[in-house]
Amino acid sequence: MNEFEPKIVAFVCNWCTYAGADLTGTSRIKYATNVKIVRFPCTGRIDFMLLLKAFSEGADGIIISGCHPNDCHYTSGNFHARRRWVMFRSLLDFMGIDVRRIQFSWVSAAEGAKWAEIVNSTVETVRELGPYSDYQKVADFLKTEVENG
Amino acid sequence: MSRIGVFVCHCGENISATVDVEKVAQAAAGFDDVVHSVDYKYMCSDPGQTLIKQAIKEHNLTGVVVAACSPRMHEPTFRKACAEAGLNGYMCEMTNLREHCSWVHDRTEETTEKAIDLVRMLVEKVKNNKPLEPILVPITKTALVIGGGIAGIQTSLDIANCGHKVILVEKEPSIGGHMSQLSETFPTLDCSQCILTPRMVEVAQHPNIELITYAELDSLEGYIGNFKAKIRKKAKSVDHSVCTGCGDCWGKCPSKKIPSEFNAGLGSRTAIYVPFPQAVPNKPVIDKSNCNYYQKGKCKICEKFCKPGAIRFDQEDEIVEAEVGAVVVTTGFDVVKPEFFPEYGYGKYKDVITGLQFERLASASGPTLGEIRRPSDEKVPEKVVFIACAGSRDPAKGINYCSKICCMYTAKHAMLYQHKVHTGKSFVFYMDIRAAGKNYDEFVRRAIEEDKVNYIRGRVSTVYEKDGKLIVKGADTLMNGEPIEIEADMVVLASAGISNPGSEELAQKLHVSYDRYKFFAEAHPKLKPVETNTAGIFLAGACQAPKDIPETVGMASGAASKVAALFSQPELKREPLIAVVNRQMPPVFSSCVGCFLCETACPYNAIGREEIKDRNGNVIKTLARVNEGLCQGCGTCVAFCRTKSIDIQGFSNEQMYSEVMALLND
Repeated sequence: MNEFEPKIVAFVCNWCTYAGADLTGTSRIKYATNVKIVRFPCTGRIDFMLLLKAFSEGADGIIISGCHPNDCHYTSGNFHARRRWVMFRSLLDFMGIDVRRIQFSWVSAAEGAKWAEIVNSTVETVRELGPYSDYQKVADFLKTEVENG
Repeated sequence: MSRIGVFVCHCGENISATVDVEKVAQAAAGFDDVVHSVDYKYMCSDPGQTLIKQAIKEHNLTGVVVAACSPRMHEPTFRKACAEAGLNGYMCEMTNLREHCSWVHDRTEETTEKAIDLVRMLVEKVKNNKPLEPILVPITKTALVIGGGIAGIQTSLDIANCGHKVILVEKEPSIGGHMSQLSETFPTLDCSQCILTPRMVEVAQHPNIELITYAELDSLEGYIGNFKAKIRKKAKSVDHSVCTGCGDCWGKCPSKKIPSEFNAGLGSRTAIYVPFPQAVPNKPVIDKSNCNYYQKGKCKICEKFCKPGAIRFDQEDEIVEAEVGAVVVTTGFDVVKPEFFPEYGYGKYKDVITGLQFERLASASGPTLGEIRRPSDEKVPEKVVFIACAGSRDPAKGINYCSKICCMYTAKHAMLYQHKVHTGKSFVFYMDIRAAGKNYDEFVRRAIEEDKVNYIRGRVSTVYEKDGKLIVKGADTLMNGEPIEIEADMVVLASAGISNPGSEELAQKLHVSYDRYKFFAEAHPKLKPVETNTAGIFLAGACQAPKDIPETVGMASGAASKVAALFSQPELKREPLIAVVNRQMPPVFSSCVGCFLCETACPYNAIGREEIKDRNGNVIKTLARVNEGLCQGCGTCVAFCRTKSIDIQGFSNEQMYSEVMALLND
């Protein structure tokens, strides 16, 4: 059997982490191919329903990354994202979704090496956790719960 | 039905070396609604762009995906090319096969698979793109220049000479910056003040320049062309409109032992002071932290002796607001502090000094009037050791970079010392001599060959005091690492240039990026060296990285030309990537329910309220409405909206969900 290759989606902001990942490229630092980046203007833009969408589409792990506190290009979007993440995380945990599969971090435009480390460590964590086939079970369960009131 | 064209770039070999570009193009041809898919060596080149333009016309494309480098690099290029072929520029998207794929992975099947996935994501996104038109906004043709060193002076003069207004803000009581502290300048040995002070005066007298000294930026809001700056004018405690700069006050001030910043701590100044005799403006301020009146409540001697009556002890900080269209950051650099070199005894031994302190010793306006006398006993040192790379290029000290100016100024210092003390002996410990620049290497050779400066290739391990001498221990790596010990009278450290202490805070106020050393980050290391990632904010001088005077002046003129180009347009085109509230037919009008959660989320106060009225003028519904002049397009409101009534153009819910759904569905 082939080793399990996790599918990771990264939701990143345009100004810090996307630029940081660009720097990883210009610095030719290698990392795992498992991650695909979706670019947003700001982490504040990230509708966290997208995370659930990604899981339901078959993602095994998710990275959310933007600017460090106080560095937001739009002043405060990353603070909104951080607060939203704290709330959403406890909700996910309550619903039975494995929050270890979501990595929330800050990578600045100067931190190319940090981006590679985050990708690699997330890939390793998710590889150990295995495919997220349980998600569908959780989702189906929640769906029937809602339907049955 | 969408008709999408996919254009896969080889980027020479940058992409094609690790990604099978032909396979990517073939795979893309099989995606739904993709009617045309090709690969080409250089998509951004003229023939590459022509290829896209022809395909748009031939295949009647409604959307374009360019799979090439980072959109941060070439998105404007390809959007423009599409627009030239009659396709709205915002119907073009880029996917990043270079920085996010080929450069970070090896040549494997997975890499090509990933590239195909990335293309599919953007194909799905672009199907949901909508044609957009740029927003036209007015430009305030005034520039704000922050920092009055040589970079700020040159930038201000160049912009002002183009006929635009400039506000130059300097935090110290005088403009001039580090350059005003230098004795002579390499490689010509012309006097720094002689070439700088006329420019300082020009700034003060220029009709287009408003000079605000002893002031700092408090906050900056807005966007390119339309910034609002708040500038904090620190209380000078002297009314400069009344003061004549006669000098009676500082002559009488009893607090005389305050280390002079201008003399790098080697001389002293009074509490009411002008930093140096050629200061611009040449009028004093009171340093509250060292003033007897402010600290102990008694004194006011300056007020008593001030004939015009200019002293104002009750003056408070004042915040002035200014509308500006562009900002140039020219805040310069600093040098590492004493605690950085415990092994060299800096801060412990008085005769271990920094390069900047040596500049003051060698300067005719310095504490010794240009005679080289060591600080401890004012004797003329007979042996001087110069240590290059003191802190620079030293990963153990956390500074990996080269401070760039030290090789040259160390050669200059040794040369000046030899010119002033003919019997003296000078030694330079160096790692490499980096003297790239016009007449630079010749200058260093002159120091070695004509002025007989002893250059020793090796590093100094320690400096300690013994019998009134400074013992410098090092090794000569050109002599098989032979240990060397020199009994010196003075040691000069070419201490590393670092970013200013407040640079991180300033970057956060301006919303510009900075690097790991807290130097401001340019938008592109080669092609946009004076721009930042924030439109309308530019950089010049050593706030970006350590650099010498010619380079700083060149960069300053470069930044000024960018500002002048910006101001030459009657109106500015802004990206229409902003939020919009949906509108529908009556009686619904919009799915917006008027909860105004978006209003609380918006950092720009861009959410207004719109009342929908019936024909009798009764309000039926109050909706959120986005002010397109203020919205910057962060999209925080979109994630907040409970009814999905507000969306952001270019990153809409439809676009982002399609992108995520395409990512994993093989």
